[in-house]
This record gives sequence, C-alpha cells and structure tokens, in this order.
Amino acid sequence: MTDYVFQTITKSHVMAKMEVVKLLHDPTELITRAVQPILWLGIFGEALSKVRAIPTGGYTYLQFITPGILTQSVVFVAIFYGLSIIWERDTGILQKILVTPTPRLALVWGKMASAGVRGLTQAVIIFLFAFMLRINLNLTLMSVLGVIVIVMLGASFFTGLSMIIASIVKTRERFMGIGQVITLPLFFASNAIYPIGIMPEWLQLVAKVNPLSYMVDGLRALIVSGNLSSLPFDILILLIVAFLISLLSAFMYPKVVM
Amino acid sequence: MTIIAVENLTKKFGDFVAVDSVTFSVKEGEIFAFLGPNGAGKTTTIKILITLLSPTSGDGIINGFSFIENPAEVRKSIGYVPQMISVDGALTAYENMMLMASLYDVPRKERKSRVQEVLSFLKLEKFSNTMVRNFSGGMVRKLEIGQAILHYPRVLFLDEPTAGLDPIGRQDVWKYLVELCDTFKTTIFFTTHYMEEADEVSDRIAIMNLGKLATIGTAAELKEKTGKIGATLDDAFIFFTGGGLFLEKGNLRDIWRARTTERKLG
Repeated sequence: MTDYVFQTITKSHVMAKMEVVKLLHDPTELITRAVQPILWLGIFGEALSKVRAIPTGGYTYLQFITPGILTQSVVFVAIFYGLSIIWERDTGILQKILVTPTPRLALVWGKMASAGVRGLTQAVIIFLFAFMLRINLNLTLMSVLGVIVIVMLGASFFTGLSMIIASIVKTRERFMGIGQVITLPLFFASNAIYPIGIMPEWLQLVAKVNPLSYMVDGLRALIVSGNLSSLPFDILILLIVAFLISLLSAFMYPKVVM
Repeated sequence: MTIIAVENLTKKFGDFVAVDSVTFSVKEGEIFAFLGPNGAGKTTTIKILITLLSPTSGDGIINGFSFIENPAEVRKSIGYVPQMISVDGALTAYENMMLMASLYDVPRKERKSRVQEVLSFLKLEKFSNTMVRNFSGGMVRKLEIGQAILHYPRVLFLDEPTAGLDPIGRQDVWKYLVELCDTFKTTIFFTTHYMEEADEVSDRIAIMNLGKLATIGTAAELKEKTGKIGATLDDAFIFFTGGGLFLEKGNLRDIWRARTTERKLG
C-alpha cells in the first residue's frame, strides 16, 4: 500500500512535469487560450457593467465577474483534456503508458495536475488583464495561495470528468459535441456571471450541486470580497469531488483503449 | 525455458468470439512472429498478453507471472511498441526516453546513463536534443523501440514494427532488434503483414485465423505443411487462413490508424 501511494505520487509528478515541459517548448497555446477570457472580460463584462441590472453585492460587475471568467477559463482548459486522452489513444501513446507499471491513478493525477498548471497560467493572464482594466482585486500572498488551491482542485475535477466522458464516447467527434454541451450549461447554471439568488428555483438547485459554483464562490471570496467564512466549505467540496472523480476516472479511462 | 505460456485463452465481445481457446508457448530469446489476416484475433491476443484487456477465460504466464493474477509484475517484464506512432513529437528524444525510464522504474541514479546507453545502441545519440516531430520514420521507430527496452524487458511486443517504413528503414530496425535479442536475450513477439520479413527473422511463426490458432512452427515447417514444392510463406499464410484474405474483418478506426501511421512514417 505504501509503495502504491509512493508510486502514484512520484509518477503523477513525472506525468505532470512532461506536460509542463511540452508547454515550455511551445507556449503559444497559452496565448491562444487567453483570447476567450479576455473577450469575456473586455466585451461582455464591460458591456454588462453599464447595465447595473445584476445585484453584485456592492462590487462592480467587472469585480464580480472576474472570478467567474477565471473559473470558465480553467474549466475550458480542463474539460478538453478528455480530447487529449482520445488523441493519445489514437497515436498509441496511451497504450504504451498503460503497459508500464504505473498506477492508473497516477496517470489521472498527472493529467489533473497539468490541467491545474495550465489553469494557473490563465489566472496570471486574467489578473494582468484585470489590472489593465483597473478592476480592483484583492491580490495578497494569502489570496494568491488560495487561488492556486482552488484552481488546482477545480481543474482536477473537470479533468477527471472529461476523462470519464472520453472513456465513454471514445471518438473525438462525439467528445467535441458532448464537451460543448456540458461546459456551457455548467457555466450558465452557476454563479459565474450572475448570483444564484436571481435564478428560478429549479436552476438554483442545479447551481448548488454544480462544483463550478463552489469554485467561483471560493475565488470570489479570495480576490473580491475578502470574506473567507465559506472558503473552507468550498475547498472541502472541491477536494471531495475531485478525489472521488479521480478514482472513478482511474477505473474508467483505461477502457478507452479497449 | 518458456517465457510466454498461454492456455485456452478466449475472449468474447458479446456473442462474437475474437479469440477462441488459443494455446501456445514461446521460448526465452526467441523471435516469434504472430501472423494472421485483419480480424483474426492477433491484436486482441496481444492486448490480453500486455494486460490491456482481460480474457473471458483461460490464463497465461509471462516471465513466471500470470497476466490475470499479477498484471503489475507482467508489466515490469515487458516492453511494448504499438503500431501507431507512440512517441511525443512535442518532446525531444531525450525527454521521451526519460519519461519512459521514470514510468518503468529505472532507478533515478541510472536514468541518464541508461537513456544515453540506449540512444547510443540505436545510433540516435546525436539527435538526443532534437524535437521528435523532426525525426524520419525510421528514427521514430528506433526511438519507440528504445523507449520500450530501457528497463531491459524480458519480452518485447511489437505490433507491425516496420509498417510504413521503406526497405532501408525496415532493415535498419531489424538489425537493432536482432542485436537486442542477441545482446540481452530479449524475447521478441511481433506481428507483421510482411511475410518475407517474418520468414527472414523469425525462429517460429504462429498463424491465427478466425480467432483460432491455425498453425505454429518454423517457417520451413509451415511451408512444408502446404504440400507445395517451393512454397513461400505467402503460400503458407493463404493455405492456413483459407479465404481469410477475402473475408477479413476489422474496423474503420484500425484501418485509419494503420494508414495514418504508414503515411506519417513514410
């Protein structure tokens, strides 16, 4: 058991490190991925901030929406990791790795960690853009550490989810369709761009079981309100769902090669 | 000494029997060709042997470990080179090798020297820091073999290792595989559609057809069984697979993969 845990942790690190090395070899992906959140903040956020129809608890709409856009960006990065699993299956990389004496969980955690790293680069870009737009964010050492934790956990959950979807649908075409069907409703059925309180009751229920809402809530507490009373609960929920989905994913995704 | 022993191996997908009570064994240090038309059950059998798939019934032993009861130990004993391109073009040759060295538990202190040793064995040391997306087809195949032998496996499984390579590339790859077999006593278990290749390099050949093991023996024995004077291995293949060439099964994804690999390597 001790050996299994040690193997899982060390090999997760190996897998994540290689993903980071790839990113360093070709960082253009980070730039292209940054376009969407910048458009959301710069166009959607700026436009809606003039309307003042959405109750934002005393903060500007741009302040309110920044954690939501960061969450969306991280989720979009993570959810398409399933596509990379299908691509790795098609190229043979996945089969080769699955034949090594590597715990299945290590492969999942490695992907989760690398999605988290990609998510953090998105956070840096969004914070820089927010600074340019003069959005007042509470960025202290503690809040940044909190952001790292929330982004890593949130990215982990959605990476695990995408790997499970990939193991079920098995083809890129189907995954692209389902990926889009899932990400946008998850985003809109959360507190990312409007508070849960203004939603109809049935949607409030969906938003409350949507892990994306806990991610937004945690980030909003850290970088906007500074009220950290619900932060431990948000982190606990994300930790539990990320861990559970990693177990399910480790069981499911080797089936993608069958 | 027997390194692979398979007994009554059966794999069913619903009502379809992909592998039907297959029994055979492979000796240590042998170069063993596993042939058959598409859909004959070769890939399914290999997937079971390399622990990617569980059999419906039957069992087998690789290097003394059951691939049902002890798949983790089997994985430590084998290396695998899929037909598809399985190196990462976004990494250098050295990085690709280091990744597999870590995953195969090569001791941390030995990793760098082991990677250099294998790159040198494959005459790829000059390209250690080259991005793999710039490699030729033959270099890619050699690097894939290099990744699979870093931990000195007892058995190396190769799925069509020379598909898509020109004759020079094929000769080059086999030169290193035969040398590997001689140097490290590694058993080589491979599939191919090139009969002349199987004829030239194999110690023994098995031919699968419609999920069953149609025959097993040396190339000479298989040719003799056809009863035809001057028979080639092509003749033996057709003899043992009957109309297999015309009734071949498979799926579009496998065909797409095979053609993509050939296009990329060629």
